[in-house]
This record gives sequence, C-alpha cells and structure tokens, in this order.
Amino acid sequence: MDFLSAIFYLFATILVLSGLRVITARNPVHAALFLVLAFFSAAAIWMLLEAEFLALTLVLVYVGAVMVLFLFVVMMLDINFDTLREGFWRHLPVGLLVAGAMVLEMVLVLSAETFSGAPAPEARGFDYSNTRELGAVLYTQYLYPFELAAVLLLVAIVAAIALTLRRREGVKRNDVAEQVKVRREDRVRVLQVPRETPVGNRPDAVEPGEAAP
Amino acid sequence: MQPFFGLIDASMVPEPALLTAWTLVKILAITLPVMGAVAYLTYAERKVIGYIQARIGPNRVGPAGLLQPIADAIKLLTKEIIIPTGSNRTLFMLAPVISIMAALAAWAVVPFGPETILADIDAGLLYVLALTSMGVYGVIVAGWASNSKYAFLGAMRSAAQIVAYEIAMGFALIGVLMVAGSLSLLDIVNAQAGDWGLLSWNLVPLFPLFIVYFISGVAETNRAPFDVAEGESEIVAGFHVEYSGMTFAIFFLAEYANMILVSALAACLFLGGWLSPIPGIPGGWPWLFAKMGFLLFCFLWFRATFPRYRYDQIMRLGWKVFIPVTLVWILVVGAWKLSPFWLW
Repeated sequence: MDFLSAIFYLFATILVLSGLRVITARNPVHAALFLVLAFFSAAAIWMLLEAEFLALTLVLVYVGAVMVLFLFVVMMLDINFDTLREGFWRHLPVGLLVAGAMVLEMVLVLSAETFSGAPAPEARGFDYSNTRELGAVLYTQYLYPFELAAVLLLVAIVAAIALTLRRREGVKRNDVAEQVKVRREDRVRVLQVPRETPVGNRPDAVEPGEAAP
Repeated sequence: MQPFFGLIDASMVPEPALLTAWTLVKILAITLPVMGAVAYLTYAERKVIGYIQARIGPNRVGPAGLLQPIADAIKLLTKEIIIPTGSNRTLFMLAPVISIMAALAAWAVVPFGPETILADIDAGLLYVLALTSMGVYGVIVAGWASNSKYAFLGAMRSAAQIVAYEIAMGFALIGVLMVAGSLSLLDIVNAQAGDWGLLSWNLVPLFPLFIVYFISGVAETNRAPFDVAEGESEIVAGFHVEYSGMTFAIFFLAEYANMILVSALAACLFLGGWLSPIPGIPGGWPWLFAKMGFLLFCFLWFRATFPRYRYDQIMRLGWKVFIPVTLVWILVVGAWKLSPFWLW
C-alpha cells in the first residue's frame, strides 16, 4: 500500500465513522459537528482525486456557511429527546426500506461499466489546474445548463424572500437616508439660561437679569 | 532544499521522512514569527491607543515597556483553567483549538517573495477563504459549550455577522481574480507588477473592492467597531466570558493572528505584496511587511476612533451596502476589462 492509499483509507475511515456518529449522537449539536467533520473528510478525499476546486468549495459553502446556519438553528431549539425518540420503532421499517433502496441504487451505479470497467484516470502533474479546466468547460460546453442552474437559484432566492416578506402594521422603521441627513441644528438647541434669584433676602442679592452673562 | 540535504547524510533517511521534516521546519519558520508578531501587536495596540488617548501606555516592564507582552504571556500560562460545571467539557477545550487552527493554517499560501512561499497551490485564494470561514466554529462552539447565556448570545451574534461579511469578502475577491486571471496568490501578486509601480497595483482599478475587503476583514476578525461578539458593555466578554488562563490566551492569540493574516492578504491582493511602490527600487519582503504594518496600524486606529456599531447597523452595512457595491463593481470590472480602456 503506497502513501496515497494510506491517506485515503485514513480519511475514508474518519468519514464513515463521523457519518455514523451523525445519526447515532444523542445531542443534535454533536451530530451537526460530526457532519462538519464528515464534510471535511470528504473534501480531503476529493483533494486526493485532484479535484481541488470541488474540495475547497465543499468546505467553503457547506462547512463555512450552511452548517454555521444549521448549528445556529439547532443550538437555539429546545429539543426534547424523549419525544424525538418516541416513534423510532414505528418508523424503522420505512427507514430500512428507503436505506435498502439507496444501497441498491448505489450498487447499480457503481458496478456499471463507467465506474468499474474504465481504467483510473492518469494522475496529472503539479501544473494541472482543475479549477481552470472546470471553468473553461463550464463557460463553453455547458454554458446553457450552467445558466439554467443560475436562473433556478435566482428563482429560489426570490421565492424564499417572497415567503418570508410580510407587511406588518405598526412597525417603526429607521429611514437611514433621513438619519444621515440630520444636522446638529436639527437635534441640539443651545439655550442661555439666566441665573436664578439667590435664596433669601441677603443684602448682596442681585436682581435676575443683572447677572453677568 | 539542496543545501539542507547536503548537511546530513541523505542516504541514511528515506526521502518522504526528509520531506516531512523539511516542511515542518518551514511551518515553524512561519508560525513562530507570527506568534512573536502577535505578542508585540498587543504591545503596539496598547501603545498606539495610549498615545491616541493622550496616555503613555505600558512603560514599566523592561525599557519602554517592551517586555510587557512576555510578562503577560507568563501570567496567562500560570493561571488556572476553570471549566464551568454544566459545560460540555470536550467542546469547551476544542473551541480555542479550532480558532487558532484556522488562524494559522491559512499562512501556508501567503507569499513573502517571488520564491518564498510554503505551498504555491493552484487554488490558493479558495483555500484561504475556506479556512477563514472555519474560524467562526471556534466562536460558536465556545459560546455553546460554555453553557452560559452571555457566551451564547456572543456566539449567535458572531455567527450571523461572519456569514454576512463572508459573502461581501468573497465578492471582493472575485474582482481580484478577474484582474489576475488566477487563484494562486503568487500569480495574483505577479500580475500587479508593472512599469508604473504603485499605479499598477490592484488598488487602483479595484479601489471600492479594497475598501469592502478590508472593512469585511475587520468584521471577520470581530475587531472594534464590529466587536459585538465580545461587547463588553452589554454581554460582558461575549463568547469567551467563561474562559480563563491559557484557553483564554489562545482565543486572544487567534484574534491577533487573524488580524495579521487579513493585513497580509490585503497587502498581497490589493497592494502588490512584495512589489515596490516606486519604479526603479527593487521589491522584497520589507515592502510586504511595511504594507502589513500600515494595515495593522489601521486596525488599531479604527478601534481607537469608532464607537461600536449597533447590531442592526452591522447587518445593514453587510447585506445592503457592501454586497450591492461589490456586485456593481464586478460588472464594471468585467466590462472595463473587455473595453480598450483597460490599462493594467
């Protein structure tokens, strides 16, 4: 076994174990953190396949943004573990059925000619840029599918905003342009307050108004 | 690499082991100076802010207070690490480790000179973005594992803030790679070399993106005026309120190492890295360190000048100002580059 295979098996073991812990961990925050570890190991394996763009994008998008928001929500929720476990035995047959179907599909795909029959692609040199190749293909050969995917994502963004946008009555909002336009004179008024009349009827009492400014 | 191999009898040691050892030496050669720079950045911060506020700053330990950071380090090392009851022990200890890991690992792709770089990987910029986005886990995990309301509030604020500013940062970097045509930091700096010195840098065509990148960098490192994750006045010390001794010191180290990293990246991406600003004068690492020094001074200057942002204003600045500005400028740069008026 050469060095690269040893690294592959190391990361693959971490990936499978952390994947298992995602579904077996009792604490949902632990489960989410194990999912982060699984993403990281998957990125490392992609890196071994010289797909550095996909590997780094996986870390950047899923670890850096998606899982942060996911953790955000999971930490805020007050999760009752007993109610969560209640339906386990009732749902188990359905779960096993879905899992079996997925395993079957993966076996069918991976045992197909394209995966098992074809020889492994040759390792490229250090000056081979996976990112450049991907960009060149994406913007020439697959331009229309790429643009379609972009439009789909845009529609999803608009739909998400439309779903959460509500007009509520009686909400006070800041108008930032208005706030920025404010000058000192609009907020502060400097007053000259005359001195108070001294207490009592002392002989050195001064009439109000006579006081020095 | 060859002179190093000559020193010891290379035939005795297998080559992979030698390569690993040599890489470790190079990693240490980057990490140890960064740690030293962090120590003296804390000193610089206290001195600079002191003078801005008409005080003297530390001046008791050693000449002009120069041994103050060492005294602080010894103090923090000898203090007790208190783990709160009801906290999640493993994650509580893991959080500072995640913070410092993210702050140090990104240095692997920072170029210090035309030949001086630890790993000239092809997708260097993506690597930097991916690793800096990991830093937020230290904050979130610390806030959650402490089992404390203030720490948790700090973590939540930090999560929302970092996600918002990371998008603006990423868009600002898209402008850089449109100009350079490469994701490698070495190529990006080399693309800024030109006959006009300072005017050939990315700073000129990408000025709005530089401003957005640097301010987002300040927000990403949770520095004033974006330090709502700490917010002493409302949530005590935010996410690290329960940390003491060395665990606290590591958060501190990570914050300052991140500041130095953001400065180094801004210098490489927009200010020409090691290139000299005046044509005719040779470039080199002193230029890079001078640029980093100036940007670090700006970090301290901001802290002494601006009051802390209100939370909704931070969100507004990130989402409604920076992201539209970067999107428009990416379009401008794209059109500009295709037109005959592109000079760079």
